[in-house]
Amino acid sequence: MNCQTLKEIQSGLLTSKMTAEQLVAQYLKEISNTEELNIYVQVFEEEAIEKAKALDEKIKSQPNNLGKLFGAVVSIKDVICIQGKPVTAGSKILEGFESLYAATAIERLEKEDAIIIGTVNCDEFGMGSSNENSIYGATKNPIDPSKIPGGSSGASAASVAAGTCLISLGSDTGGSVRQPAAFCGVVGMKPTYGRVSRHGLLAYASSFDQIGILSKSVEAVAATLEVIAGADEFDSTVSTLPVPDFSKTEPSDKKYKVAYFKNALKHKGIQPAIKSSIDSVLEKLKIDDHSVEGIDFSLMDFVIPTYYVLTTAEASTNLSRYDGIRYGHRSSEAKTLEEVYKKSRTEGFGTEVKRRIILGTFVLSSGYYDAYFSKAQKLRRLISEEIESIFEKYDFIIMPTTPDFPWNIGEKMDDPVSVYLSDIFTVLANLAGIPAISIPIKSEGELPIGIQVMASKFKEKELMDFSEIIIKKDLNEQS
Amino acid sequence: MKIDKDLILKLEHLSKLQLTEEERKNMIGDLNNILKMVDKLNEIDTEGVEPLTYMTEAVNVFREDEIKNQLSREEALKNAPKTDGKFFQVPKVIKK
Repeated sequence: MNCQTLKEIQSGLLTSKMTAEQLVAQYLKEISNTEELNIYVQVFEEEAIEKAKALDEKIKSQPNNLGKLFGAVVSIKDVICIQGKPVTAGSKILEGFESLYAATAIERLEKEDAIIIGTVNCDEFGMGSSNENSIYGATKNPIDPSKIPGGSSGASAASVAAGTCLISLGSDTGGSVRQPAAFCGVVGMKPTYGRVSRHGLLAYASSFDQIGILSKSVEAVAATLEVIAGADEFDSTVSTLPVPDFSKTEPSDKKYKVAYFKNALKHKGIQPAIKSSIDSVLEKLKIDDHSVEGIDFSLMDFVIPTYYVLTTAEASTNLSRYDGIRYGHRSSEAKTLEEVYKKSRTEGFGTEVKRRIILGTFVLSSGYYDAYFSKAQKLRRLISEEIESIFEKYDFIIMPTTPDFPWNIGEKMDDPVSVYLSDIFTVLANLAGIPAISIPIKSEGELPIGIQVMASKFKEKELMDFSEIIIKKDLNEQS
Repeated sequence: MKIDKDLILKLEHLSKLQLTEEERKNMIGDLNNILKMVDKLNEIDTEGVEPLTYMTEAVNVFREDEIKNQLSREEALKNAPKTDGKFFQVPKVIKK
């Protein structure tokens, strides 16, 4: 029973090769076997077993009435609200907080018979690329425990890679789903901005944040997206466009027009092994009669500065709600109202979060607003327009997901700029609001490599069909 | 642009944060490094470019003005660090 796709699991359950209870027990065993990786914040052991038993009943009594995600066991990043459960964003500021409601994505998963097995670690409020910035400590990479799993949804990727669940929901503000997916060798997708409701997702940078999905197969990611996507009365930024049948994703015979950025592949920080794996996929696509062209993206060097000005500004505003009064940590030292704010926040937030709040406050402050915040918003328009003009000529853009392999735990803790620069290939999709996916491809070494594919807004279906083509091509070569 | 101690003290106050002397020193160094990276934005002429503020094309998403999805007082106070059962409590603000 080593099922990697939802279809395998569902057919196993329908043909009584296994029960949901056995499936959940297997995942719970893996969770306890991998405890030293520090993946889970909470495990809902009893509830998951109860739900599995109920599902086994339903499979017997109402086999025609099963939800789309029956048999899918899911872990949830500790930034998405589950009713009646603690949610802390890996931060002391939210100690003891229990959500009064469920995120729309959670509600939709459960309605389609998915089973939530627990919540998983992350960088505090999604701020980080290594999953080291958390009150729960660093999560380790299941492929090599001396390495970081990436971040901020590092433990989401690790939970899938370690076989403790089929699917994980993470969140992606600048690559937080795709980069850990690449570092842990799984599939990770960030949908179009406005495809999935953010209701119940703790806000970091609201014009960038999207809930993303991680699993070992594109098929499971597609089935999950179909369930969680679509209009929501609680989030008016969600598009009212109809949600396609994502679960019908398949590698078609269609020939696509693909662009890659020459300046990204020539980037000075890129590992030669990563470049050569990407080159080899591009070659295979050419041989398969897809059109593959190298182009230059003129604003490449501006994406990181634009991203950090805008996200820190939005973060400083969003995180002002943590005031020590209505919920979360309150300092026991505070004697005045001003001290309640200052001491609670000072004790509650970690270093990286403080750094971003202060930088965000700076770029929004009087006298600097035009020079930094407004300037970055203008750059964001230029970047979005250049991306849109590329999609007038091409179906997809291919880039590496990351320039580097996962680094050692503790290695870059004192060098925020070098960590920020490692996001160079992923932040583009969030700046432009487009969908992007990271797919694991063949790697010569022991550490995994992710290839990133981006598509025009709301073209997730095409993006996933094409992802299946890449996986098929990449695997064929191996055999 | 350079961040110095006066500016960082002002930013701490605006952010409702208090750094230790040591943290402040590190923060000044980090922020100056980050701003050095960010100053690159000035290389691009953005004269006449409208700032991009909204990521969706939707305008005026209306709904009926109905009372729904309310929290009870008990629920609203459930997560509060200090409450008397009716209100959130904070240290006295008005003197005398």
